[in-house]
Amino acid sequence: MTVMKSLMGAVAAVALSAGAALAEPALIFDLGGKFDKSFNEAAFTGAQRWAEETGNSFREIELQSEAQREQALRRFAEAGANPIVMAGFAFGDALGQVAGDYPDTSFVIIDMVVDAPNVRSVVFNEHEGSYLVGMLAAKASKSGTVGFIGGMDIPLIRKFACGYAEGVKAVNPDATVIANMTGTTPAAWNDPVKGSELTKAQISQGADVVYAAAGGTGVGVLQTAADEGILSIGVDSNQNHLHPGKVLTSMLKRVDNAVFEAFQDGPGLETGFSVMGLSNGGVGFAVDDNNAPLITAEMQAAADEAATKIATGEIKVHDYMSDDSCPALSF
Amino acid sequence: MDFLTLIQVLDSTVRLATPLLLACLAGLFSERAGIFDIGLEGKMLMAAFFSAAIAATTGNVWYGLLAGIASSLALSGLHGLASITFRGNQLISGVAINFLAAGMTVLIAQDWFQQGGRTPSLISGGRFEPITLPFADAIEPVPFIGPIYSELLSGHSILVYLAFLAVPATAWILFGTRFGLRLRAVGENPAAVDTAGVSVVGLRYAAVMICGLLCGIAGAYLATALQAGFVKDMTAGRGFIALAALIFAKWRPWHALGACLLFGLLQAVALRFQNIELGTIVIPVQFMDALPYILTVVILAGFVGKAIPPKAGGEPYVKER
Repeated sequence: MTVMKSLMGAVAAVALSAGAALAEPALIFDLGGKFDKSFNEAAFTGAQRWAEETGNSFREIELQSEAQREQALRRFAEAGANPIVMAGFAFGDALGQVAGDYPDTSFVIIDMVVDAPNVRSVVFNEHEGSYLVGMLAAKASKSGTVGFIGGMDIPLIRKFACGYAEGVKAVNPDATVIANMTGTTPAAWNDPVKGSELTKAQISQGADVVYAAAGGTGVGVLQTAADEGILSIGVDSNQNHLHPGKVLTSMLKRVDNAVFEAFQDGPGLETGFSVMGLSNGGVGFAVDDNNAPLITAEMQAAADEAATKIATGEIKVHDYMSDDSCPALSF
Repeated sequence: MDFLTLIQVLDSTVRLATPLLLACLAGLFSERAGIFDIGLEGKMLMAAFFSAAIAATTGNVWYGLLAGIASSLALSGLHGLASITFRGNQLISGVAINFLAAGMTVLIAQDWFQQGGRTPSLISGGRFEPITLPFADAIEPVPFIGPIYSELLSGHSILVYLAFLAVPATAWILFGTRFGLRLRAVGENPAAVDTAGVSVVGLRYAAVMICGLLCGIAGAYLATALQAGFVKDMTAGRGFIALAALIFAKWRPWHALGACLLFGLLQAVALRFQNIELGTIVIPVQFMDALPYILTVVILAGFVGKAIPPKAGGEPYVKER
């Protein structure tokens, strides 16, 4: 009994001193995994950049199941990590419950809005970036039919699809946009085989440019597109290098910037609603050595012009999540 | 729906049904011998990883296939050890194998390739390329038969043809050979087999090893023929759909072919058409995705004949008390 007591005392002392010592920021990845070459990886890149530039360290955890969300949040908060950044819309409910219990800890949630005094909600105008790659797709397409393959069927992914379709229609009003979703469960983020089959199905319906917004499933989409000799568009991170010369471009969502800024601002960061769009470099499309031959000067100019107009508000891209409907595409 | 669309959907069906078929036959051998195996998913996943990893490092897909089969056999051996030799609970052993595979593949992949739990993309030579059957191009212009032959039958990887050949082979082994008779007997009444002086343990090990072999091919097909590399959790529940197909087929090889083709067709239709409109009713894609499981439940509930599993299934054989 006494042994047990002193042991527990020691453990408590260690835990206390550990808690006092760090005010490290923490980053929680969603189920897609840290190295999904996409969304989570972008978050990791931002954190990594912060660590390199400041020489500080951060804590991180990759979730393995839904049940761990709240647990991971509480663990980090108890351990004194501040701010705590979470990558993914699915943290919404868990954070809503946890945030009030730790009023001194700052939380940052990406892709979701949580209304609490100590939470910064970062949302991206994916529809604006998707609009631009939709324009490029329509210009690159010879058949006049382009495809969209989403991961899990959630409003966020429909927002991608809707912006994309509007961009396509802006260039070619007669174009056909085929939009498919991989599934309705989180497994849809990691099913490249299904992604491949969807791509083949879209190709047989005439699509010659396919935009994948599907996490790990997108790997299969890009692969099949490259195999079958059509163009694909990557998402979130720059995926142009996966199949050089076969990926038209990638819709960039600067999750890395969001994470970097949050870490930079540190504890007590400004909370509230933060929108990252074309006007502040939150979204965009990637041009590098791998896809430079595919993007003509005319395409680049048109996309740049549209980007400016969207940033100034001259072009309004419809946001699916604002009213759960899309004028350019029916699901 | 025009004829060409139909052919494309059926073509997709064949591709999607192949991993299900291989895994289903794998489960058939194991369960007919009285060893329940819900670790099909894990074995496929492990094989998918090792086939992709070895194919990526050696550049030879055949080494990849062998490595995939070997890794799947290793897990089968583990399952056999736990459930045959040590008479553990077969379901728990299967669950453990699924967890083991899900974790180990990503861990090893990260250690070997540092690409976040995936393997590098395989280039040609590291993948099973589609095989064009003889005269496919010559026959193509022929109406009706041409597209069927050149689009549907031709142009799959060799593993697809192997999977379909495995069906008559399985039927022959199980119902045409002495080994098959004994294997089925071990699943129904192991004591009788033992009394006849045949090793129950030996037969059951043989069955789980055949199961491992087929799962290995299924995994390799996913990673090196359908895809060009391994992605974490890429089996995406196919091992469980294969189990559902096995029950749907009532543990019979030819019926397994039918069940897998049906489930493959459901997937292919769901992928191609998403929401299906039948007159005024719209069938949502989610319903199509769930249909294999619904059908299995209907079968299990005894509405369409009775699905009776092998009698001694799930029970370790105890020779003497």
